[in-house]
Amino acid sequence: MQKSGLSAFLARRGQALSRIWQQYGGLDLFRNIGERTLNTVSRLGRATLFLYETVVGMTYLVPRFSLVVQQVFNVGVLTLLIILVSGLFVGMVLALQGYNTLVTFGAEESLGLVVALTLLRELGPVVTALLFAGRAGSALTAEIGLMKATEQLAGMEMMAVNPIKRVIAPRFLAGVIAMPLLATMFSAVGVFGGHLIGVGLVGLDSGSYWSQMQSGVDFYDDILNGLMKSVVFGFTVSWIAVFEGYDAVPTSEGVSRATNHTVVYSSLAVLALDFILTSLTLGEV
Amino acid sequence: MQQKRIFELWVGIFVASGLAALAVLAFKVGDIGSTEVSQPYVLKARFANVGGLKVKAPVTMAGVRIGRVSGIQFDSERYQALVTFSVDGRYKNIPEDASASILTSGLLGEQYIGIEPGGSEAYLKDGDVIQLTQSALVLENLIGQVMVKLTEGSSNGKDK
Amino acid sequence: MIPENNNLDSVVDIKDLTFRYGSRVIVDKLSLTIPRGKVVAIMGGSGCGKTTLLNLIGGRIKPDSGTLLVDGQSVPDLSKSELFDLRKRMGMLFQTGALLTDLSLFENVAFPIREHTQLPEAILRKVVLMKLERVGLRGAWRLMPSELSGGMARRAALARAIALEPMMIMYDEPFTGLDPISKGVIAKLIKELNEVLGITSIVVSHDVADTCAISDYAYLMGEGRIIGEGLPSEVQQSKSEHVRQFMEGLPDGPVPYQYPAPDYVEDLLTGDAS
Repeated sequence: MQKSGLSAFLARRGQALSRIWQQYGGLDLFRNIGERTLNTVSRLGRATLFLYETVVGMTYLVPRFSLVVQQVFNVGVLTLLIILVSGLFVGMVLALQGYNTLVTFGAEESLGLVVALTLLRELGPVVTALLFAGRAGSALTAEIGLMKATEQLAGMEMMAVNPIKRVIAPRFLAGVIAMPLLATMFSAVGVFGGHLIGVGLVGLDSGSYWSQMQSGVDFYDDILNGLMKSVVFGFTVSWIAVFEGYDAVPTSEGVSRATNHTVVYSSLAVLALDFILTSLTLGEV
Repeated sequence: MQQKRIFELWVGIFVASGLAALAVLAFKVGDIGSTEVSQPYVLKARFANVGGLKVKAPVTMAGVRIGRVSGIQFDSERYQALVTFSVDGRYKNIPEDASASILTSGLLGEQYIGIEPGGSEAYLKDGDVIQLTQSALVLENLIGQVMVKLTEGSSNGKDK
Repeated sequence: MIPENNNLDSVVDIKDLTFRYGSRVIVDKLSLTIPRGKVVAIMGGSGCGKTTLLNLIGGRIKPDSGTLLVDGQSVPDLSKSELFDLRKRMGMLFQTGALLTDLSLFENVAFPIREHTQLPEAILRKVVLMKLERVGLRGAWRLMPSELSGGMARRAALARAIALEPMMIMYDEPFTGLDPISKGVIAKLIKELNEVLGITSIVVSHDVADTCAISDYAYLMGEGRIIGEGLPSEVQQSKSEHVRQFMEGLPDGPVPYQYPAPDYVEDLLTGDAS
């Protein structure tokens, strides 16, 4: 009696399991993984080819530099305000936090140095890149995606104009140009924000704020290094943004998804690259 | 056309302020103007222990910065550290019998080289070695000495 | 009246053209000829492969097999620069107009001219105004595409399509979504451009009456194939069931009303939606 009960129980369990297996697609699970992997690889391949075409297509811009100027306006000037305001606040917060930590070691004189190094090496490039991805990158993706959805890119192709040269290349180049400028302004404003708090609110000596900074910050190791980072970030974020737009499914849902991807992928790429670049430069020392 | 002008103007302002920010960072924050030592000449000094001295640390005389450390090597023949530093060409007349010591700014601050002038009429030239040096104070050694003194004192007291 | 295949006097010459998207056959061994200087209609229901056919002719996609000659050149075998040279001589009018939204109407029409020629600004202005005058929008040159109505946008796109004086224009659903007046204007323009400038026109549409009224010859497409052809009047009189259904707009016929589905009663009785 008990034995038959057990076997019935097992049989029922087995049935339930097989039903779950079927419900979730059985072998389809692995097929799905395979499909996704292949998709990702082919997408990366397309993105690389696309980048190559874009870079080669920049020769087209030489006699048409005003196209780039217009895009620098769109991605740079329009992002400036948010960058400046964020830079100011980040600098102020750094000064407050830094002061509270440093004062316990009696080293509050080094506040200027701490603020400047944090901004120049890390926060300037990284926060600028993240804000840039959210403000300019998503706008680029949406614009290009919508141009695709409304057949503007196809129309250009039929007019014998390569949209990669006419639409993509100037936007990409503008992103690469704008990012280091924005990051530099972010850091500069942040340093003054730190001064505002450190000297104005906390009451440190203005001279020691600057002199500690000047003795500790190196032009090549810190300033140029940060600048180089922001160039790499500008390249990456712009690449992701224009590719996502160009590769978007030409429907409203597809464009919104592409915009979303731009912000997520750009942020992840920036943070990962930041880690790699930092460990490379610190490894050298 | 009019609109194009406005774009160009704004982008011009944008690029200019970006470059201005870079200049601010370079001169005001990185202090690129004064850290560049003009027409430097090189001096050397051997120390038994450099402690936490680092390349680019300041070299001072009477508290005024006159140069920076350009290299720290280990001299395997003498088992000493060989420190090279470049001194601004404006400060040529450092007496031959000057002494170099590694000092610490504050109790735990960064270490730097301080040079005390001697009384000699002859001056150091490019590539010369400063003979009189005083090593860095290593905190552990200091504490060790203090401990020895203290234990000696207390054991003496017991003997009495 | 329609010349034989491979005759030099055909602008487009298609033979046994097949195009697959994945495993789905979109264009199935299709053959047709577009004679020079005529207005040819390609009609068919939605999703029968008409737009794909235009994209194939324009070289935006490559066929899987078959020959496709445009002005004697085999489009699938052209290099990118040769293809671009060919496209300068083809215009295409998209369903949405596809005007560049960040440029004014004037700049939109000037766009292909600026891209492909080095005309001085003064002459360029005259050319653009002439093109705009041809479609009756000279007064609107300042407007942005967002300020245009659907019919005006399509006329503007037409002005842009003729900017480089092409030998052929492909119209993708030129009448869809327009009011009767705008439809009439577009039909008149297609006819006029054909007669005055000698531009060969391919009109892809599912709008039977408007299209037949302006075309010299008509092809009827269904499921990726040509299912009927002839003079518009002949096609309209055709006995073929397929053609009859399309021409008269019958809801059921060879093209079934029902999307393929399992048996109705059986479907309702089984409770499983997955």
